[in-house]
Amino acid sequence: MNQNAEKISDLKTALYNFHLNKGGKMVPFAGYQMPVQYPDGIMKEHLHVRSLVGIFDVSHMGQFSIYGNENDYLPLEKIVPIDLKSLKLNQSKYTVLMNKDGGIDDDLIVTKVEGGLNIVLNAACKHHDVERIHEVIDSSKTKLHDDLSLIAIQGPKAVEILNQLIPGVSELVFMNGSKFKFNGQDVFITRSGYTGEDGFEVSINNSLVEQFCKILLDNNNVKLIGLGARDSLRLEAGLCLYGHDLNTKTTPVEAALTWALSKKNKEEGNFLGAKIVNEQIKNGASKKRVGIKPDKTIAREGSKIFKGDKEIGIVTSGGFGPSVNGPVAMGYVLKEFSKDGEELELEVRGKRHSAKVFKMPFYKKSYVK
Amino acid sequence: MAEKKYSKKHEWVELNGDIATVGITKHATEQLGDIVFTEVPEKGKSFDAGGEAAVVESVKAASDVYSPIAGEVTESNEAIVSDPSLVNQDPEGNGWFFKVKVSDANQVDELMSKADYDKFVTENA
Repeated sequence: MNQNAEKISDLKTALYNFHLNKGGKMVPFAGYQMPVQYPDGIMKEHLHVRSLVGIFDVSHMGQFSIYGNENDYLPLEKIVPIDLKSLKLNQSKYTVLMNKDGGIDDDLIVTKVEGGLNIVLNAACKHHDVERIHEVIDSSKTKLHDDLSLIAIQGPKAVEILNQLIPGVSELVFMNGSKFKFNGQDVFITRSGYTGEDGFEVSINNSLVEQFCKILLDNNNVKLIGLGARDSLRLEAGLCLYGHDLNTKTTPVEAALTWALSKKNKEEGNFLGAKIVNEQIKNGASKKRVGIKPDKTIAREGSKIFKGDKEIGIVTSGGFGPSVNGPVAMGYVLKEFSKDGEELELEVRGKRHSAKVFKMPFYKKSYVK
Repeated sequence: MAEKKYSKKHEWVELNGDIATVGITKHATEQLGDIVFTEVPEKGKSFDAGGEAAVVESVKAASDVYSPIAGEVTESNEAIVSDPSLVNQDPEGNGWFFKVKVSDANQVDELMSKADYDKFVTENA
Protein backbone atom coordinates (compact mmCIF):
# COMPACT_ATOMS: atom_id res chain seq x y z
CA MET A 1 0.00 0.00 0.00
CA ASN A 2 2.52 2.59 1.10
CA GLN A 3 4.91 2.63 -1.83
CA ASN A 4 7.31 4.96 -0.04
CA ALA A 5 7.92 2.40 2.63
CA GLU A 6 9.48 0.10 0.01
CA LYS A 7 12.16 2.67 -0.72
CA ILE A 8 13.31 3.48 2.78
CA SER A 9 14.87 0.21 3.75
CA ASP A 10 16.85 1.15 6.78
CA LEU A 11 14.49 0.04 9.52
CA LYS A 12 15.63 -2.87 11.64
CA THR A 13 13.83 -5.22 13.96
CA ALA A 14 15.21 -5.89 17.44
CA LEU A 15 16.67 -9.13 16.06
CA TYR A 16 18.69 -7.53 13.24
CA ASN A 17 22.12 -8.35 14.70
CA PHE A 18 20.90 -11.76 15.78
CA HIS A 19 19.94 -12.52 12.17
CA LEU A 20 23.37 -11.40 10.95
CA ASN A 21 25.09 -13.60 13.52
CA LYS A 22 22.99 -16.55 12.35
CA GLY A 23 24.07 -15.98 8.75
CA GLY A 24 20.82 -14.36 7.66
CA LYS A 25 20.91 -12.91 4.17
CA MET A 26 19.36 -9.50 4.68
CA VAL A 27 17.23 -7.89 2.01
CA PRO A 28 15.03 -4.78 1.92
CA PHE A 29 11.42 -5.66 2.60
CA ALA A 30 8.64 -3.18 3.32
CA GLY A 31 11.10 -0.61 4.58
CA TYR A 32 12.98 -3.07 6.78
CA GLN A 33 16.16 -5.07 6.45
CA MET A 34 14.85 -8.61 6.84
CA PRO A 35 16.38 -12.09 6.51
CA VAL A 36 15.23 -13.71 3.26
CA GLN A 37 17.06 -16.90 4.19
CA TYR A 38 19.76 -18.39 6.44
CA PRO A 39 22.64 -20.63 5.32
CA ASP A 40 20.41 -23.71 4.93
CA GLY A 41 18.49 -22.01 2.11
CA ILE A 42 14.81 -21.64 1.30
CA MET A 43 14.19 -25.25 0.31
CA LYS A 44 15.51 -26.81 3.52
CA GLU A 45 13.92 -24.11 5.65
CA HIS A 46 10.55 -24.67 4.01
CA LEU A 47 10.67 -28.44 4.47
CA HIS A 48 11.86 -28.03 8.04
CA VAL A 49 8.73 -26.05 8.91
CA ARG A 50 6.55 -28.74 7.32
CA SER A 51 8.24 -31.52 9.28
CA LEU A 52 9.40 -29.99 12.58
CA VAL A 53 9.29 -26.36 13.66
CA GLY A 54 10.58 -23.03 12.42
CA ILE A 55 10.67 -19.60 13.96
CA PHE A 56 10.20 -16.43 11.96
CA ASP A 57 10.89 -12.83 12.92
CA VAL A 58 7.81 -10.98 11.70
CA SER A 59 8.39 -7.94 13.87
CA HIS A 60 8.20 -5.68 10.85
CA MET A 61 4.45 -6.23 10.91
CA GLY A 62 2.37 -3.64 12.69
CA GLN A 63 1.06 -4.50 16.14
CA PHE A 64 -1.74 -2.11 16.87
CA SER A 65 -4.12 -1.77 19.81
CA ILE A 66 -7.45 -0.09 20.27
CA TYR A 67 -8.15 0.46 23.97
CA GLY A 68 -11.57 0.71 25.50
CA ASN A 69 -14.96 -0.91 25.44
CA GLU A 70 -17.39 -1.71 22.65
CA ASN A 71 -18.40 1.91 22.26
CA ASP A 72 -14.80 2.82 21.59
CA TYR A 73 -14.00 0.14 19.03
CA LEU A 74 -17.31 -0.67 17.32
CA PRO A 75 -16.83 2.20 14.80
CA LEU A 76 -14.01 0.09 13.34
CA GLU A 77 -16.73 -1.97 11.63
CA LYS A 78 -17.26 0.95 9.23
CA ILE A 79 -13.98 0.08 7.55
CA VAL A 80 -13.27 -3.48 8.78
CA PRO A 81 -16.34 -5.66 8.14
CA ILE A 82 -16.12 -7.90 11.16
CA ASP A 83 -18.84 -8.46 13.75
CA LEU A 84 -16.97 -7.27 16.81
CA LYS A 85 -19.86 -7.91 19.22
CA SER A 86 -19.98 -11.58 18.27
CA LEU A 87 -16.21 -11.96 18.35
CA LYS A 88 -15.44 -13.76 21.60
CA LEU A 89 -12.88 -12.64 24.12
CA ASN A 90 -9.43 -13.93 23.04
CA GLN A 91 -10.75 -14.93 19.62
CA SER A 92 -8.84 -13.89 16.49
CA LYS A 93 -10.29 -13.39 13.03
CA TYR A 94 -8.74 -12.77 9.63
CA THR A 95 -10.40 -9.87 7.86
CA VAL A 96 -9.75 -6.88 5.61
CA LEU A 97 -9.52 -3.10 5.73
CA MET A 98 -11.90 -1.78 3.07
CA ASN A 99 -11.72 1.35 0.94
CA LYS A 100 -14.58 3.31 -0.60
CA ASP A 101 -14.25 1.59 -3.97
CA GLY A 102 -14.83 -1.82 -2.43
CA GLY A 103 -11.11 -2.57 -2.67
CA ILE A 104 -8.84 -3.95 0.03
CA ASP A 105 -6.38 -1.57 1.71
CA ASP A 106 -4.89 -4.37 3.81
CA ASP A 107 -5.60 -7.82 5.18
CA LEU A 108 -5.25 -8.16 8.92
CA ILE A 109 -5.92 -10.22 12.03
CA VAL A 110 -8.14 -8.80 14.77
CA THR A 111 -8.12 -10.32 18.26
CA LYS A 112 -10.53 -9.32 21.00
CA VAL A 113 -8.64 -8.92 24.26
CA GLU A 114 -9.44 -7.63 27.72
CA GLY A 115 -9.56 -3.88 27.39
CA GLY A 116 -9.92 -3.68 23.62
CA LEU A 117 -8.65 -5.10 20.37
CA ASN A 118 -5.25 -6.19 19.07
CA ILE A 119 -4.70 -5.90 15.33
CA VAL A 120 -1.79 -7.23 13.29
CA LEU A 121 -1.15 -5.23 10.12
CA ASN A 122 1.11 -5.77 7.12
CA ALA A 123 4.44 -3.97 7.41
CA ALA A 124 4.19 -2.01 4.17
CA CYS A 125 0.65 -0.90 4.97
CA LYS A 126 0.80 -0.23 8.68
CA HIS A 127 1.18 3.56 8.74
CA HIS A 128 -1.50 3.99 6.12
CA ASP A 129 -3.77 1.58 8.02
CA VAL A 130 -3.32 3.53 11.24
CA GLU A 131 -4.33 6.75 9.44
CA ARG A 132 -7.38 4.99 8.06
CA ILE A 133 -8.32 3.61 11.47
CA HIS A 134 -7.96 7.06 13.00
CA GLU A 135 -10.72 8.25 10.66
CA VAL A 136 -13.15 6.19 12.72
CA ILE A 137 -11.41 5.65 16.08
CA ASP A 138 -10.15 8.37 18.42
CA SER A 139 -6.36 8.28 18.04
CA SER A 140 -5.88 8.81 21.79
CA LYS A 141 -7.37 5.33 22.27
CA THR A 142 -4.91 3.58 19.98
CA LYS A 143 -1.27 2.64 19.86
CA LEU A 144 1.09 1.22 17.23
CA HIS A 145 3.57 -0.75 19.32
CA ASP A 146 7.16 -0.28 18.25
CA ASP A 147 8.34 -1.73 21.58
CA LEU A 148 7.01 -5.18 20.67
CA SER A 149 8.46 -7.91 18.48
CA LEU A 150 6.40 -10.61 16.81
CA ILE A 151 7.72 -14.14 16.47
CA ALA A 152 5.90 -16.83 14.53
CA ILE A 153 6.56 -20.42 15.62
CA GLN A 154 5.25 -22.80 12.99
CA GLY A 155 5.26 -26.49 12.28
CA PRO A 156 3.88 -29.79 13.57
CA LYS A 157 6.19 -29.72 16.61
CA ALA A 158 5.46 -26.07 17.47
CA VAL A 159 2.97 -26.89 20.19
CA GLU A 160 5.21 -29.42 21.94
CA ILE A 161 8.23 -27.15 21.90
CA LEU A 162 6.56 -23.88 22.85
CA ASN A 163 4.57 -25.60 25.60
CA GLN A 164 7.81 -26.71 27.26
CA LEU A 165 8.89 -23.08 27.49
CA ILE A 166 5.49 -21.54 28.16
CA PRO A 167 3.20 -24.14 29.74
CA GLY A 168 -0.44 -23.75 28.79
CA VAL A 169 -0.10 -22.66 25.18
CA SER A 170 -1.16 -26.16 24.12
CA GLU A 171 -4.62 -25.36 25.51
CA LEU A 172 -5.15 -22.60 22.94
CA VAL A 173 -7.35 -23.55 20.02
CA PHE A 174 -6.71 -22.26 16.51
CA MET A 175 -7.38 -18.53 16.09
CA ASN A 176 -7.46 -17.89 19.82
CA GLY A 177 -5.01 -16.02 21.98
CA SER A 178 -4.16 -15.38 25.59
CA LYS A 179 -1.70 -13.67 27.86
CA PHE A 180 1.19 -15.76 29.19
CA LYS A 181 4.40 -15.12 31.10
CA PHE A 182 7.95 -15.40 29.84
CA ASN A 183 10.73 -14.42 32.26
CA GLY A 184 8.14 -12.84 34.50
CA GLN A 185 6.90 -10.53 31.77
CA ASP A 186 3.66 -10.56 29.82
CA VAL A 187 3.63 -12.04 26.35
CA PHE A 188 0.52 -12.34 24.20
CA ILE A 189 0.31 -15.56 22.22
CA THR A 190 -2.20 -16.54 19.57
CA ARG A 191 -2.50 -19.95 17.98
CA SER A 192 -2.24 -18.82 14.39
CA GLY A 193 0.17 -18.40 11.55
CA TYR A 194 0.52 -18.04 7.84
CA THR A 195 2.26 -21.20 6.70
CA GLY A 196 -0.49 -23.81 6.56
CA GLU A 197 0.96 -25.41 9.68
CA ASP A 198 -0.11 -25.45 13.28
CA GLY A 199 1.68 -22.79 15.25
CA PHE A 200 1.75 -19.62 17.27
CA GLU A 201 2.48 -15.95 17.01
CA VAL A 202 4.15 -14.52 20.07
CA SER A 203 4.01 -10.81 20.80
CA ILE A 204 6.94 -10.10 23.10
CA ASN A 205 8.85 -7.08 24.32
CA ASN A 206 11.88 -6.14 22.21
CA SER A 207 14.11 -6.51 25.26
CA LEU A 208 13.21 -10.19 25.67
CA VAL A 209 12.92 -11.36 22.10
CA GLU A 210 16.52 -12.43 21.52
CA GLN A 211 16.63 -14.47 24.70
CA PHE A 212 13.29 -16.05 23.79
CA CYS A 213 14.54 -17.10 20.34
CA LYS A 214 17.85 -18.38 21.71
CA ILE A 215 16.08 -20.66 24.18
CA LEU A 216 13.85 -22.03 21.43
CA LEU A 217 16.84 -22.57 19.15
CA ASP A 218 18.59 -24.62 21.84
CA ASN A 219 16.28 -27.40 20.70
CA ASN A 220 17.76 -29.00 17.58
CA ASN A 221 14.31 -29.39 16.08
CA VAL A 222 13.97 -25.61 15.86
CA LYS A 223 15.43 -23.58 13.00
CA LEU A 224 15.29 -19.91 12.07
CA ILE A 225 13.33 -19.43 8.87
CA GLY A 226 13.55 -16.49 6.48
CA LEU A 227 10.97 -14.61 4.47
CA GLY A 228 11.73 -16.66 1.36
CA ALA A 229 10.37 -19.84 2.92
CA ARG A 230 7.57 -17.87 4.54
CA ASP A 231 6.50 -16.91 1.03
CA SER A 232 6.65 -20.43 -0.41
CA LEU A 233 4.87 -21.84 2.68
CA ARG A 234 1.99 -19.36 2.50
CA LEU A 235 1.65 -19.84 -1.25
CA GLU A 236 1.36 -23.62 -0.85
CA ALA A 237 -1.25 -22.96 1.83
CA GLY A 238 -3.21 -20.78 -0.62
CA LEU A 239 -2.87 -17.68 1.54
CA CYS A 240 -2.75 -14.18 0.05
CA LEU A 241 0.20 -11.83 0.14
CA TYR A 242 -0.91 -8.22 0.27
CA GLY A 243 0.50 -6.05 -2.51
CA HIS A 244 0.65 -9.11 -4.76
CA ASP A 245 -2.55 -11.17 -4.50
CA LEU A 246 -4.53 -8.34 -2.96
CA ASN A 247 -4.41 -4.60 -3.54
CA THR A 248 -6.51 -1.46 -3.28
CA LYS A 249 -8.31 -2.34 -6.50
CA THR A 250 -9.25 -5.96 -5.74
CA THR A 251 -12.52 -6.54 -3.91
CA PRO A 252 -13.10 -9.29 -1.34
CA VAL A 253 -15.41 -11.03 -3.83
CA GLU A 254 -12.78 -11.04 -6.59
CA ALA A 255 -10.20 -12.19 -4.05
CA ALA A 256 -12.45 -15.06 -2.92
CA LEU A 257 -12.32 -13.65 0.60
CA THR A 258 -16.01 -12.97 1.26
CA TRP A 259 -15.70 -15.46 4.15
CA ALA A 260 -13.41 -12.93 5.86
CA LEU A 261 -16.33 -10.47 6.09
CA SER A 262 -18.86 -11.20 8.83
CA LYS A 263 -22.35 -12.23 7.77
CA LYS A 264 -23.95 -9.48 9.85
CA ASN A 265 -21.86 -6.76 8.22
CA LYS A 266 -22.61 -8.03 4.74
CA GLU A 267 -26.35 -8.18 5.52
CA GLU A 268 -26.43 -4.71 7.04
CA GLY A 269 -24.19 -3.31 4.30
CA ASN A 270 -22.88 -0.69 6.69
CA PHE A 271 -19.18 -0.71 5.85
CA LEU A 272 -17.18 1.25 3.32
CA GLY A 273 -17.52 -0.24 -0.16
CA ALA A 274 -20.40 -2.48 0.96
CA LYS A 275 -22.58 -1.51 -1.99
CA ILE A 276 -19.98 -2.75 -4.47
CA VAL A 277 -19.21 -5.86 -2.44
CA ASN A 278 -22.86 -6.82 -2.00
CA GLU A 279 -23.60 -6.20 -5.66
CA GLN A 280 -20.73 -8.56 -6.54
CA ILE A 281 -21.87 -11.16 -4.02
CA LYS A 282 -25.31 -11.10 -5.69
CA ASN A 283 -24.27 -10.95 -9.35
CA GLY A 284 -20.70 -12.21 -9.23
CA ALA A 285 -17.50 -10.35 -10.01
CA SER A 286 -15.98 -10.47 -13.48
CA LYS A 287 -12.73 -12.00 -12.21
CA LYS A 288 -11.76 -14.34 -9.42
CA ARG A 289 -8.62 -15.31 -7.53
CA VAL A 290 -7.80 -18.98 -8.08
CA GLY A 291 -5.02 -21.44 -7.44
CA ILE A 292 -3.10 -22.41 -10.56
CA LYS A 293 -1.00 -25.51 -10.95
CA PRO A 294 1.40 -25.26 -13.87
CA ASP A 295 2.19 -28.65 -15.43
CA LYS A 296 5.92 -28.06 -15.46
CA THR A 297 7.09 -24.47 -15.79
CA ILE A 298 7.36 -22.04 -12.91
CA ALA A 299 5.23 -18.97 -13.62
CA ARG A 300 6.12 -15.94 -11.54
CA GLU A 301 4.08 -12.90 -10.59
CA GLY A 302 3.05 -10.99 -13.71
CA SER A 303 2.83 -13.98 -16.05
CA LYS A 304 -0.14 -13.61 -18.39
CA ILE A 305 -2.84 -16.27 -18.42
CA PHE A 306 -4.47 -17.40 -21.68
CA LYS A 307 -7.34 -19.58 -22.82
CA GLY A 308 -6.74 -20.19 -26.50
CA ASP A 309 -5.93 -16.80 -27.98
CA LYS A 310 -7.76 -14.90 -25.29
CA GLU A 311 -5.84 -13.29 -22.47
CA ILE A 312 -7.94 -14.08 -19.41
CA GLY A 313 -5.86 -13.13 -16.40
CA ILE A 314 -2.57 -12.69 -14.62
CA VAL A 315 -0.47 -14.57 -12.08
CA THR A 316 -0.12 -12.63 -8.81
CA SER A 317 2.12 -15.08 -6.91
CA GLY A 318 4.04 -17.96 -8.32
CA GLY A 319 7.05 -20.09 -7.60
CA PHE A 320 8.24 -23.52 -6.72
CA GLY A 321 6.44 -25.31 -3.91
CA PRO A 322 9.03 -27.42 -2.06
CA SER A 323 6.41 -29.64 -0.36
CA VAL A 324 4.37 -29.97 -3.54
CA ASN A 325 7.70 -30.57 -5.31
CA GLY A 326 6.55 -28.59 -8.31
CA PRO A 327 5.43 -25.18 -9.46
CA VAL A 328 2.46 -23.50 -7.77
CA ALA A 329 0.79 -20.16 -8.42
CA MET A 330 -2.24 -18.07 -7.76
CA GLY A 331 -3.75 -15.37 -9.86
CA TYR A 332 -6.88 -13.75 -11.20
CA VAL A 333 -8.84 -15.15 -14.13
CA LEU A 334 -12.14 -14.17 -15.75
CA LYS A 335 -14.95 -15.80 -13.79
CA GLU A 336 -16.00 -18.10 -16.62
CA PHE A 337 -12.55 -19.74 -16.52
CA SER A 338 -12.28 -20.09 -12.74
CA LYS A 339 -13.67 -23.62 -12.29
CA ASP A 340 -11.43 -26.23 -10.69
CA GLY A 341 -9.63 -28.21 -13.36
CA GLU A 342 -10.06 -25.55 -16.06
CA GLU A 343 -7.16 -25.86 -18.49
CA LEU A 344 -5.19 -22.67 -19.02
CA GLU A 345 -1.94 -21.54 -20.56
CA LEU A 346 0.64 -19.35 -18.87
CA GLU A 347 3.03 -17.16 -20.79
CA VAL A 348 6.58 -17.52 -19.50
CA ARG A 349 9.52 -16.00 -21.40
CA GLY A 350 7.39 -15.57 -24.49
CA LYS A 351 6.15 -19.17 -24.63
CA ARG A 352 2.88 -20.76 -23.57
CA HIS A 353 2.89 -23.48 -20.93
CA SER A 354 -0.08 -25.57 -19.84
CA ALA A 355 -1.61 -25.26 -16.38
CA LYS A 356 -4.85 -25.98 -14.55
CA VAL A 357 -7.03 -24.12 -12.10
CA PHE A 358 -6.43 -25.88 -8.81
CA LYS A 359 -8.54 -25.84 -5.67
CA MET A 360 -6.26 -24.48 -2.95
CA PRO A 361 -4.50 -25.22 -0.70
CA PHE A 362 -1.76 -26.90 -2.70
CA TYR A 363 -0.56 -28.39 0.55
CA LYS A 364 -3.05 -29.64 3.12
CA LYS A 365 -3.20 -27.68 6.34
CA SER A 366 -2.85 -29.23 9.73
CA TYR A 367 -4.35 -26.52 11.93
CA VAL A 368 -5.62 -27.54 15.35
CA LYS A 369 -9.28 -26.61 15.64
CA MET B 1 40.89 -30.83 -20.40
CA ALA B 2 41.28 -27.17 -21.18
CA GLU B 3 41.44 -24.52 -18.51
CA LYS B 4 38.07 -23.01 -17.57
CA LYS B 5 37.44 -19.36 -18.29
CA TYR B 6 34.91 -17.20 -16.51
CA SER B 7 32.51 -14.38 -17.38
CA LYS B 8 31.38 -11.40 -15.30
CA LYS B 9 27.86 -12.81 -15.48
CA HIS B 10 29.09 -15.90 -13.62
CA GLU B 11 29.24 -18.44 -16.42
CA TRP B 12 32.20 -20.70 -17.10
CA VAL B 13 33.44 -21.92 -20.46
CA GLU B 14 35.70 -24.85 -21.22
CA LEU B 15 36.97 -25.03 -24.77
CA ASN B 16 38.00 -28.37 -26.30
CA GLY B 17 38.85 -28.01 -29.99
CA ASP B 18 36.06 -25.85 -31.36
CA ILE B 19 33.44 -27.08 -28.87
CA ALA B 20 32.88 -25.04 -25.73
CA THR B 21 31.00 -26.36 -22.71
CA VAL B 22 29.12 -23.68 -20.75
CA GLY B 23 27.76 -23.71 -17.22
CA ILE B 24 27.28 -21.44 -14.24
CA THR B 25 29.87 -20.96 -11.53
CA LYS B 26 29.83 -22.35 -8.03
CA HIS B 27 29.56 -18.78 -6.77
CA ALA B 28 26.44 -18.28 -8.92
CA THR B 29 24.79 -21.39 -7.49
CA GLU B 30 25.56 -20.23 -3.97
CA GLN B 31 23.88 -16.92 -4.71
CA LEU B 32 20.87 -18.60 -6.30
CA GLY B 33 20.31 -21.18 -3.61
CA ASP B 34 18.36 -24.35 -4.33
CA ILE B 35 17.87 -24.71 -8.06
CA VAL B 36 14.48 -26.18 -8.91
CA PHE B 37 14.12 -25.64 -12.65
CA THR B 38 16.37 -25.29 -15.66
CA GLU B 39 15.67 -24.63 -19.31
CA VAL B 40 18.41 -25.44 -21.83
CA PRO B 41 18.65 -24.37 -25.48
CA GLU B 42 17.68 -26.65 -28.36
CA LYS B 43 20.36 -28.19 -30.53
CA GLY B 44 21.03 -26.02 -33.56
CA LYS B 45 20.15 -22.76 -31.87
CA SER B 46 22.81 -20.10 -32.26
CA PHE B 47 23.54 -16.96 -30.32
CA ASP B 48 25.96 -14.05 -30.13
CA ALA B 49 28.43 -13.64 -27.30
CA GLY B 50 26.42 -12.52 -24.27
CA GLY B 51 23.16 -13.77 -25.71
CA GLU B 52 20.44 -15.31 -23.52
CA ALA B 53 20.89 -19.04 -23.79
CA ALA B 54 19.29 -20.83 -20.85
CA VAL B 55 17.25 -20.26 -17.71
CA VAL B 56 17.89 -21.27 -14.14
CA GLU B 57 15.31 -20.90 -11.39
CA SER B 58 15.64 -21.13 -7.66
CA VAL B 59 12.69 -21.27 -5.27
CA LYS B 60 12.74 -17.50 -5.17
CA ALA B 61 13.55 -16.25 -8.66
CA ALA B 62 14.35 -16.95 -12.30
CA SER B 63 17.67 -15.93 -13.86
CA ASP B 64 18.97 -15.98 -17.41
CA VAL B 65 22.10 -17.85 -18.32
CA TYR B 66 24.07 -16.11 -21.06
CA SER B 67 26.47 -17.67 -23.47
CA PRO B 68 29.81 -15.93 -23.00
CA ILE B 69 30.78 -16.88 -26.55
CA ALA B 70 29.04 -16.94 -29.92
CA GLY B 71 28.23 -20.24 -31.54
CA GLU B 72 25.71 -22.94 -32.35
CA VAL B 73 24.39 -25.39 -29.79
CA THR B 74 25.56 -28.95 -30.41
CA GLU B 75 24.24 -30.51 -27.20
CA SER B 76 22.30 -29.58 -24.06
CA ASN B 77 22.47 -31.24 -20.68
CA GLU B 78 19.11 -32.97 -20.25
CA ALA B 79 20.28 -34.35 -16.89
CA ILE B 80 19.93 -30.90 -15.29
CA VAL B 81 16.43 -30.58 -16.74
CA SER B 82 15.25 -33.79 -15.11
CA ASP B 83 17.26 -33.14 -11.92
CA PRO B 84 17.96 -29.40 -11.50
CA SER B 85 19.66 -29.99 -8.13
CA LEU B 86 22.58 -31.43 -10.10
CA VAL B 87 23.57 -27.82 -10.82
CA ASN B 88 23.94 -27.15 -7.08
CA GLN B 89 25.79 -30.41 -6.49
CA ASP B 90 28.36 -30.10 -9.26
CA PRO B 91 28.06 -26.70 -10.99
CA GLU B 92 31.41 -26.82 -12.75
CA GLY B 93 31.21 -30.48 -13.70
CA ASN B 94 28.10 -32.64 -14.24
CA GLY B 95 25.91 -29.56 -13.84
CA TRP B 96 27.00 -28.06 -17.21
CA PHE B 97 24.27 -26.44 -19.31
CA PHE B 98 25.10 -26.72 -23.02
CA LYS B 99 27.86 -27.12 -25.59
CA VAL B 100 28.40 -24.81 -28.55
CA LYS B 101 30.46 -25.03 -31.69
CA VAL B 102 32.25 -21.72 -31.36
CA SER B 103 32.37 -19.28 -34.26
CA ASP B 104 35.36 -17.36 -32.89
CA ALA B 105 37.61 -19.18 -30.43
CA ASN B 106 39.41 -15.92 -29.66
CA GLN B 107 36.39 -14.78 -27.66
CA VAL B 108 37.41 -17.25 -24.99
CA ASP B 109 40.63 -15.33 -24.43
CA GLU B 110 38.64 -12.26 -23.47
CA LEU B 111 37.18 -14.10 -20.48
CA MET B 112 38.73 -14.21 -17.02
CA SER B 113 41.03 -16.81 -15.57
CA LYS B 114 39.96 -18.60 -12.37
CA ALA B 115 42.19 -16.31 -10.29
CA ASP B 116 40.82 -13.16 -11.94
CA TYR B 117 37.25 -14.38 -11.54
CA ASP B 118 37.75 -15.13 -7.83
CA LYS B 119 39.17 -11.64 -7.41
CA PHE B 120 36.23 -10.17 -9.36
CA VAL B 121 33.76 -11.99 -7.06
CA THR B 122 35.53 -10.82 -3.92
CA GLU B 123 35.66 -7.22 -5.12
CA ASN B 124 32.00 -7.23 -6.08
CA ALA B 125 30.71 -9.01 -3.01
